[in-house]
Amino acid sequence: MTPDQLGFYTLLKKEVMRFWSVLGQTVTAPVITALLYLLVFAQAMKGRAPVYPGVGYTEFLVPGLIMMTVIQNAFANTSSSLMQSKMMGNIVFLQMAPIGPFEWFGAYVAAAIVRCALVALAMLLVTMPFVQLPVHAPLALLAMFLLSAGSLAVLGLIAGIVAEKFDHVAAFTNFFITPLSFLSGVFYSVHALPPLWFKASHLNPFFYMIDGFRYGFFGHADVPIVYSVLWAFGFFAAASAVCLWMLVTGYKLKR
Amino acid sequence: MSSPSASTTAAPSALSIRGIRKRYGALEALRGVSFDIQRGEFFALLGPNGAGKSTLISIIAGLVQASEGSVAVLGHDTVRDYRAARRLLGVVPQELVFDPFFKVRDMLRIQAGYYGCGKEVWPWIDEMLERLDLTAKAGSSMRALSGGMKRRVLIAQALVHKPPVVILDEPTAGVDVELRRMTWAFMSDLHRQGTTVVLTTHYLEEAQELCSRIAILDRGSVAVIEPTRQLLARHPYRFLRIKLAGAAQLPEALRPLITGESDGTLELKLETSRNPIGGVFDALRTAGIAIEDVHTREPDLEDIFIELTGHPAKAGGATAGAAK
Repeated sequence: MTPDQLGFYTLLKKEVMRFWSVLGQTVTAPVITALLYLLVFAQAMKGRAPVYPGVGYTEFLVPGLIMMTVIQNAFANTSSSLMQSKMMGNIVFLQMAPIGPFEWFGAYVAAAIVRCALVALAMLLVTMPFVQLPVHAPLALLAMFLLSAGSLAVLGLIAGIVAEKFDHVAAFTNFFITPLSFLSGVFYSVHALPPLWFKASHLNPFFYMIDGFRYGFFGHADVPIVYSVLWAFGFFAAASAVCLWMLVTGYKLKR
Repeated sequence: MSSPSASTTAAPSALSIRGIRKRYGALEALRGVSFDIQRGEFFALLGPNGAGKSTLISIIAGLVQASEGSVAVLGHDTVRDYRAARRLLGVVPQELVFDPFFKVRDMLRIQAGYYGCGKEVWPWIDEMLERLDLTAKAGSSMRALSGGMKRRVLIAQALVHKPPVVILDEPTAGVDVELRRMTWAFMSDLHRQGTTVVLTTHYLEEAQELCSRIAILDRGSVAVIEPTRQLLARHPYRFLRIKLAGAAQLPEALRPLITGESDGTLELKLETSRNPIGGVFDALRTAGIAIEDVHTREPDLEDIFIELTGHPAKAGGATAGAAK
């Protein structure tokens, strides 16, 4: 391993150790929250007609809940880690180290993806007694998971860089991430919406992330999988370009 | 690691600072600072609060972008060749910063990894923990440490990759005498082994005792940069402290020389060429004034510091001057 690779690996390991040291908050809590959604909504919507042929509401709900949790946790992981480092001042250890912007970017995003993978696997595990999900397209599933978790991890990095206090990150979460993730078809098919909201949903990148992820399980989705992959990839690429520009130029990080 | 920049010689300086300017809007914190620090030097960077010391160190460390100018560490530009430059540099920041998620030894190993160092430096980490009296706390969370212990961990973090150039930004600010001694004994050992040490401090006696060369920054510019002995010798004064017997008053002719008074003892500042000490005694004898006590003091760094900057090194603080 070259010194640069070791630097990247160490930062990745440190970021994983960071969320691992508070596993109750970072993995267990979101799984329990998602389970509560599942129990409440599955009960409330019991008896409704299948959303897709042969797919009951509880089955329909689980992939959406997993992806919504992934989206929220990917964002939370990078934004809170960076923000805490800025507030505590220990970001200087990283800034003074011979770690380049691409390694910095890669390590933070990869650590968030690891956390999201743990959350997703834990959710699959705990929902097994309620639903057995088929896997129709594993590659699509993997692609949508990686692109979605990656996109939100990058967005979290951007928020962490731009924010000057925790309130700013909270505002980003409360006014952007949470509403868009709730209005993305987690709990319903967008075909059930009035025309205006149906169209508006198609402007929400999280809708494609959830829809594409659901396709990976059932082979059914509201839009063709290729659209979902392209949207998620486009979102990831655009967010990454902005984030890397910030890291390379030292925007808001270097005085 | 890439090769040194073309502008440097075969044996580049430990630190080469060229025309550094830093502007914050209308405020110019650094106004074209240039100097070199040679390999193996124990160098002090002094200046009153707001002189630009920490800004300069932050630029060297890569925390702040200079508006103009460049810095090279052992010939490696800190911007164009930042990876090589940072591997050669260790910086102890002024603020007591730490990562609350990790234990002391884990934090040091993580820091080593950032610099591309693996298990081969673990024995060095344990040695530093021992030297800095932190072995008992190696498994403790950073949160659980006292301020002095956190300061020592910061020193260890800066040295974890064995850098040949080390910068300490006020490492003994607010720490007790024992820790100051331990810190300087450790840094002196490293210096003896060839490490270049750059120090900023408000304790001028530390700089006077430890450093072979001193730069004084004032209002963003280098006011002076000289070997410590030369700097001390440039002060053309000495100080005479006398206590007069009874309620005697100093003769009128000597009064302009008074620079201080405490507990009835007067301090006179004498220009070595114009005010020989014998002349003061002659004047007192002529006036029929008896002397109860007398002693002289050579100028120290604090006197020169005040002369050059117009400020004490640390207002109201425990400086060499205040302890006189």
